[in-house]
Amino acid sequence: MSGDTPARLQASGVGVSLGGRVIVSDATLSLKAGEFTVMVGPNGAGKTTLMRALAGLARCSGEVRLDGHPLAAMKARERARRLAYLPQGHVFHWPLDVATLVELGREPHADPFTPLSAADHDAVAHAMAATGVTGFADRAITTLSGGEQARVAIARALATQADVLLADEPIGSLDARHQLIVLNLLRRIARDGAAVLAIIHDLTLAARFADHIAIIADGRIVVHDTPERALEPARIAEIFGVTVERFETADGPVLIPSHALGEDVSRSAPPTPGAAPP
Amino acid sequence: MRARRTRARLTFGLAVAVIALAMVSLLAGPARLSPGEALSALVSGDGVAGIIVRDIRLPRTLLAAMIGASFGLAGAALQGLLRNPLAEPSLFGAPQSAAAAAAFLMAFGLSSATSLIVPLAGIAGALASVGALVAIAGKRASLTVTLLAGLALASLAGAAIAMILNLAPNPYIALEITFWLLGSLQDRSMVHVWLAAPFMLASWVILSTQARAFRALTLGEDAAASLGIAIERTRIAVVTGVALGIGAAAAVAGAISFVGLVAPHLVRRAYGADPSRIMLPSALTGAALLLAADIAVRLAPGVVEIRIGVVTAIIGVPFFLAMIFRERHALEEATA
Repeated sequence: MSGDTPARLQASGVGVSLGGRVIVSDATLSLKAGEFTVMVGPNGAGKTTLMRALAGLARCSGEVRLDGHPLAAMKARERARRLAYLPQGHVFHWPLDVATLVELGREPHADPFTPLSAADHDAVAHAMAATGVTGFADRAITTLSGGEQARVAIARALATQADVLLADEPIGSLDARHQLIVLNLLRRIARDGAAVLAIIHDLTLAARFADHIAIIADGRIVVHDTPERALEPARIAEIFGVTVERFETADGPVLIPSHALGEDVSRSAPPTPGAAPP
Repeated sequence: MRARRTRARLTFGLAVAVIALAMVSLLAGPARLSPGEALSALVSGDGVAGIIVRDIRLPRTLLAAMIGASFGLAGAALQGLLRNPLAEPSLFGAPQSAAAAAAFLMAFGLSSATSLIVPLAGIAGALASVGALVAIAGKRASLTVTLLAGLALASLAGAAIAMILNLAPNPYIALEITFWLLGSLQDRSMVHVWLAAPFMLASWVILSTQARAFRALTLGEDAAASLGIAIERTRIAVVTGVALGIGAAAAVAGAISFVGLVAPHLVRRAYGADPSRIMLPSALTGAALLLAADIAVRLAPGVVEIRIGVVTAIIGVPFFLAMIFRERHALEEATA
């Protein structure tokens, strides 16, 4: 993607504090149309909090702009039409049928007194076809497997036809096949013109699928670069506290964590600077 | 499409059932009136039959339908907000709190039973109880926290009522309040209807506007908010709407419980789980249930009339237990 494409979502100096504790500070990030960005980082680094701030759901300092407009000043429905957010864990509190759940993605477009328009039906049908859940339309969500539910959750977000899609751990708790299916899907959504950001823990999958990697540690974005440059073994060791073996394959790099640094110094891990024994 | 037409037919059927039960309610009672006599007495208001139908049976019928609808809708709304089919205003002490506030006024002679202050006090009591519950349940609305907070609030309302009875200036008032608390529609007049109607109407309007928010909340609060739903506004609307309906109901009829649990549950079996589709049917089912219960207490033989609050509790609690039993596996998972 060329450097002069305007950013769909632009965060500048974003900070979030919860209960007096700084969770995210000075986060600057831009997401462009057509790009799939993956956010990685250790547990508790502030990934979810930063994503909620980017989605306009957490009060933050600094500024987030969506298509050039300050997010904080936007009407909630207007923001919802342009930005879709997929929270962690694929929550469905009631056993609704799949079609009804996907139709919820059209909520920001809906007029309170009319049923779904032809455009709404088109968007829903397209989202269901893209995620391969059309066959489940009439089934209750509770009768589907975890992988199928994850696809329904993505279909719901896709149905909005927003310019920006933020997904928090969309492949957490999925089997290997569904991880690939979902990541392919997210990359395809980006290729179709959306700016996509996903939080993912698996570094190999992040390296394989992402156009850009943003690494977040201690509430700061430490690096935002191509996978090759961002996921250097030295940096991974420093941030994640693991040594990794990196292999190049036809499908991209494979990163295998081999040792947890500083966990049990007396046994297998090589000594590291800065990791003091307990 | 076909499902939608089936639902519309069901709703029409429920409305017809409510009207039919209201007719039966105008006929039921110790004075035997034929349907024709009752109808002409209702229209003309002449003679003894006119007094019986217009002044005794009509207020009772209207109140049963209005209170039943308020409970049905309040139950459906609270369940929608908390994403929990076991949410019920009376499980959280809302009617009890409302009744405690109203009983306080009566015990100390601060107002007559037909003053506007009684429903206002009832609404304030319900507002405190539902407001506290929703505040404590918070964003995640976990089942355990919600039910424990509800248990505590219901116990607090019970304690408040006990204290009022304890401190009541004379035993007759204490006895009167005890009977009033059982929940009854006996000897209510049109004054009671007019006293409660505006608040209930406001409650129905406020709660119905939240139907779409409840459907979006199926995805959890963050996802609903990301879809443009103003969650805080929804929360405030539900607390206010439930308090208005339940508070006004308790102020005119004492503590009636479990209609708000039973009605949405029955409706869900026919309409599916979509919280936005069960609102109107829950209101109609609540009205039908309370009308039927009130007809039953009048037709039951015996010298002493069984209070309607006793009937709803004696049927509602086993129903609640059966629901817990059926859902126990899902509940164990949810609280783990």
